[in-house]
Amino acid sequence: MTKSILWMVRLLWVASILAATAVHAADLVPLKLALIEYEDDPRYKDAIIDARYQAQPWGRLDAAVKLAIKESKFTAKAKGFKFELDTHEVETLDELPEKIKALQNEGVEYFLLDLPAEGINLAVESGDGGSTFFNISALDDSLRNQNCDARLIHMAPSRRMLTDALGQYLVSKKWRKVLVLYGDSAADKDYLNALQVSAKKFGLKLIDQRLYKLGNDPRQRYQNNIALLTAKGEYDVIYVVDSKGEFAVDVPYSVVQPRPVVGSAGLVADWWHWAWERNGAPQVNKRFRKKGKRQMTGYDWSAWLAVKVMAEAALRQDQFNPASLRADLLSESFKIDGAKGYPLNFRPWNNQLRQPIFLTSLNRVIDRAPIEGFLHPTNNLDVLGDDVNASQCALRQGR
Amino acid sequence: MNKFLKGLSTGMLAVGLSMAANVQAKTGYVYVSSEKDHVVTVFNADGMDKVTEIKTSERPRAMKLSQDGSLLYVACGDDDAIDVIDLAAMKVKQTIDIGEDPDRFDISPDEKFLYASNEDDGLVTIYSLEADEKVAEIEVGEEPEGVLVSPDNKLVYVTSEVANMVHVIDVETQEIIKDIVVGNRPRRMELTPDLSELWVSNEVGGTITILDTATYQPKAELKFAPKGMRPESISPVGMAMTKDGKYAYVTLGGANHVALVETATHKVLDYILVGKRAWGITLNSDESRLYVTNGKSDDLAVIDTKKMKVIKSVPAGRVPHDVVVDH
Repeated sequence: MTKSILWMVRLLWVASILAATAVHAADLVPLKLALIEYEDDPRYKDAIIDARYQAQPWGRLDAAVKLAIKESKFTAKAKGFKFELDTHEVETLDELPEKIKALQNEGVEYFLLDLPAEGINLAVESGDGGSTFFNISALDDSLRNQNCDARLIHMAPSRRMLTDALGQYLVSKKWRKVLVLYGDSAADKDYLNALQVSAKKFGLKLIDQRLYKLGNDPRQRYQNNIALLTAKGEYDVIYVVDSKGEFAVDVPYSVVQPRPVVGSAGLVADWWHWAWERNGAPQVNKRFRKKGKRQMTGYDWSAWLAVKVMAEAALRQDQFNPASLRADLLSESFKIDGAKGYPLNFRPWNNQLRQPIFLTSLNRVIDRAPIEGFLHPTNNLDVLGDDVNASQCALRQGR
Repeated sequence: MNKFLKGLSTGMLAVGLSMAANVQAKTGYVYVSSEKDHVVTVFNADGMDKVTEIKTSERPRAMKLSQDGSLLYVACGDDDAIDVIDLAAMKVKQTIDIGEDPDRFDISPDEKFLYASNEDDGLVTIYSLEADEKVAEIEVGEEPEGVLVSPDNKLVYVTSEVANMVHVIDVETQEIIKDIVVGNRPRRMELTPDLSELWVSNEVGGTITILDTATYQPKAELKFAPKGMRPESISPVGMAMTKDGKYAYVTLGGANHVALVETATHKVLDYILVGKRAWGITLNSDESRLYVTNGKSDDLAVIDTKKMKVIKSVPAGRVPHDVVVDH
């Protein structure tokens, strides 16, 4: 190193020490985050959590949010701000409008919504123009279509992205003839609808769609007995459409014909898995285990990445500007690493995070969609879910 | 030398090797670490025949040869260790306890200190090779990866894959003196021979950030577009520069190619198809050969740099990670 360079390095060193002493922790601008939860959320009932159903939450999402805040410490400090998290729980969903307004008055502009779709709609409707809402756990396609909103950003994938991922896998395996078992809840109907659209998109044949009911009533045996439900018909694979996972869990070894079970049990489309070995995922999983005292799920991943997305957008700003953060993270040039491969960003037509989807068994990631060979003219991740022309949401560019 | 060695019996080979180490002659060997086999595979550069396998601690990844060529340091992530292989004996002679999940590391030019990134803990561990003990731990951004000690032994550069930064550590004070924002998921670094530029590979960003070492400001951002490859598959990781500083070779990970870059103009001149998920890369001493590890096709590609072609591809264990040559 020449003397002049050495001098400059020394100068910079002194300058940076001066800078470091100038920015004390107390001088960091707070960026307030509110994590909103619903006390009676059926997804978080103890019995459901303890059952560890595939692609269902295994616990509340605050640990993931806190982990992301910790990981973003260096980034935030470099930009002169710090995340400040408060968790708020509502007892009923209709408390949400008042809650959101009260938080806005306290200066909160960034909301992490861990709510069912109905709650998300209520929260977003009551928000003002400066608010940004991250949907971290609701899969409902309606939120990405008729109920989309410019202030609402979807970190969790849509149901359609999940059924598309599994649809691709079935086609790649030539398991085209599909027997569908579906539940009768509204969520199951939406799920079934998503599967029907995916089947049409990729050329799967749904040979029959049979309604199941949980229970032991012998008068309803053709709906609650898995053996009777699966006896007739010629099919390659059984697709269980069960948004809760409670019925699906019994299906794999109760069938009459020896066929693989997919959907809500067996091979399940999920957007994170503790067994993914690549893209730095083992490190993320290890850090989460330390903090959350359990394995990390897709829901945790979405909550974690929401904070990371904010930190990354701030990092790319010339100067920290919370007011333009939403526009910055939604810009086409934005890129975030989600530890599952591919640079990730948002679809401009509905604010949905583009992301690969895993096809998983209980303890293994079997494949990652987009499956090899499924291509898209511009971004391969857009073969999962509603593409710009199919979307009923037209937020900004695209159409 | 190579042909001479080949003619010797195995017993004499060891003697020959230890002599070679003393006089700093080249062994003609190529070493490849494979993550899932827990071995370093040794090839003879002449013909690329497999010579032997050296058993290591769990999950060997980054490797570095001592200056006299007698020792090979290997970071073994799953055993929280850096193995020191005695190349004359072809055996691990020491296992250094370096803290959780060591990823990349570097050794100071005077060979007194080893700096390792602890991927799981967000730390850089400083280990004294003289005193055989850990001397310090420095907190850095999560998932630190690349470690590079400046040739003047004054600074240590460390990338954090999560913070998207290069931390500049002052060797004397053992403190971070600067955080430089780079692209997404920064992995490895190279200094140009004149030390004026620090190249940083951004795996998820798909670019190389070229930093001016005098100001730490970005000078250029290299982009890649090998034919037929999707932008999202382009994930630069490993780099090797020629000694005259004229050219750099960059492995593009999931894009399965190596790029040849002219350093003065920051222009990509050529691409070579090498294998699946190309990461590790190194040049031999006369720069006639380039070696690349392909983690997802379990092989090592040997490239003739004059022809810019892969002349041989050899199986190199499960998930080959890094390659070091001594010829």
